[in-house]
Amino acid sequence: MTPDPQSHPRLAPGCRLSENNQQQVLLMPERALRLNGPSLEIVQRCDGQHTVQQIVTELQHIYAKAEPKKVESDILGYLALLQEQRALDFA
Amino acid sequence: MNSAPAAPTNPLALIAELTHRCPLHCVYCSNPLELQSRANELDTQTWSRVFKEAAELGVLQADLTGGEPLARTDILELIRAARTSGLYVNLITSGLPLDELKLDALLAAGLDHLQLSFQGAREETAAAISGTKSHAQKLRVLQWLKTRRVAVTLNFVIHRQNLDQLPEMLALAESSSATRVEFAHVQYYGWAFANRDRLLPNREQLQTSIDFFKSAQQRLSGKIRIEYVVPDYYAKYPKPCMGGWGRKLMLITPTGEALPCHAAQIIPGLKFENVKDRGLREIWEMSEAFEKFRGEHWMQEPCKSCDRRTQDFGGCRCQALLLAGDAAATDPVCSLAPTREKIDAILAVANNPAAASSLIPPDWLYRPNPASQ
Repeated sequence: MTPDPQSHPRLAPGCRLSENNQQQVLLMPERALRLNGPSLEIVQRCDGQHTVQQIVTELQHIYAKAEPKKVESDILGYLALLQEQRALDFA
Repeated sequence: MNSAPAAPTNPLALIAELTHRCPLHCVYCSNPLELQSRANELDTQTWSRVFKEAAELGVLQADLTGGEPLARTDILELIRAARTSGLYVNLITSGLPLDELKLDALLAAGLDHLQLSFQGAREETAAAISGTKSHAQKLRVLQWLKTRRVAVTLNFVIHRQNLDQLPEMLALAESSSATRVEFAHVQYYGWAFANRDRLLPNREQLQTSIDFFKSAQQRLSGKIRIEYVVPDYYAKYPKPCMGGWGRKLMLITPTGEALPCHAAQIIPGLKFENVKDRGLREIWEMSEAFEKFRGEHWMQEPCKSCDRRTQDFGGCRCQALLLAGDAAATDPVCSLAPTREKIDAILAVANNPAAASSLIPPDWLYRPNPASQ
């Protein structure tokens, strides 16, 4: 399912960022995702304040050399994956 | 050709069996038949050190379990210690010792995730399977959880006696605040192995349950994360047990022995180190028990030259011991195992009602509470 661009993603209860041995991770029930580069930039912005559209725009700016459409579809795909894992709520 | 043993990967999870005391007496309990008494349980200080060492070793998740972890009077300190060490704190509980005050205290101490067990969707089933009136209390816990911010998993333990209640179980989950549901078919070790003839489903029941789980996963995608485990007796190839011996996780018993899995103590001739005597890193990297079935040097044929050996690691050592009498043998579940016929014989009984009724033991073997001994 494609996230609504005006919705505000935030980490679901019990899901949080952590660090172990210099590796940033997203921790959730019985699972951990390693976060690097783009995935870290996305998750850090899932704070209930950024809209999906804002996350896309900010990352397109950071990764200015990448094709904007690809950045957008990658972000939407990753957010959908996190929602399926129940790591995100969208308000 | 034997390859040189690789340096062990870091464990990702620590299973902290805080106690074997428990108000339930579930007939499928994964604790060993020899339960450890309260007198020898590790103290708060030792567990705190273990959590710290685990985080230093790279562990990300602690599963606080038992028995019933809430039976520990120091559970708040233990949660705090695990959380401040940098671990994600999972609590695996029956919910029986909870009230709202205690629940709030657990959350304030830093609990990340509460996994609540269910023995069925109805009080009669729960009472028969756990030997305790327990279902109503779990429903109360579900109500309290609705107004609190914590990750919640409902774990339904599935077997022949409650398979017909899957739709009711799912409805219960949907009416709760749980964002994760585990449908866990019983795994046959410990008490479950002793009660197996009354628990193992037939082929049709198993397939119906799988179809149900898959359809539920689709329907509830994005709303509830549904996971399920099936009894591996019906599989063609064995499960990669624990993600491989000594590869992904470490279990500490109530008295401090470090094990590669719940059942490992049934394997004869293995020496298990105790966290009271040694640091976690040393145990993980070098202890005899953890090294015993790492890599491929220990494998027999057909595993030794099988393409699947890096995928399933030859299956489960404890199962090989239980059913083939040899912990180094190919897991009898494997269709390539010379001992597969033992599994087939068990399945034949489960799938033949006429034969089954004459062989099922008359009574459940209920798991006792070591606190009362």
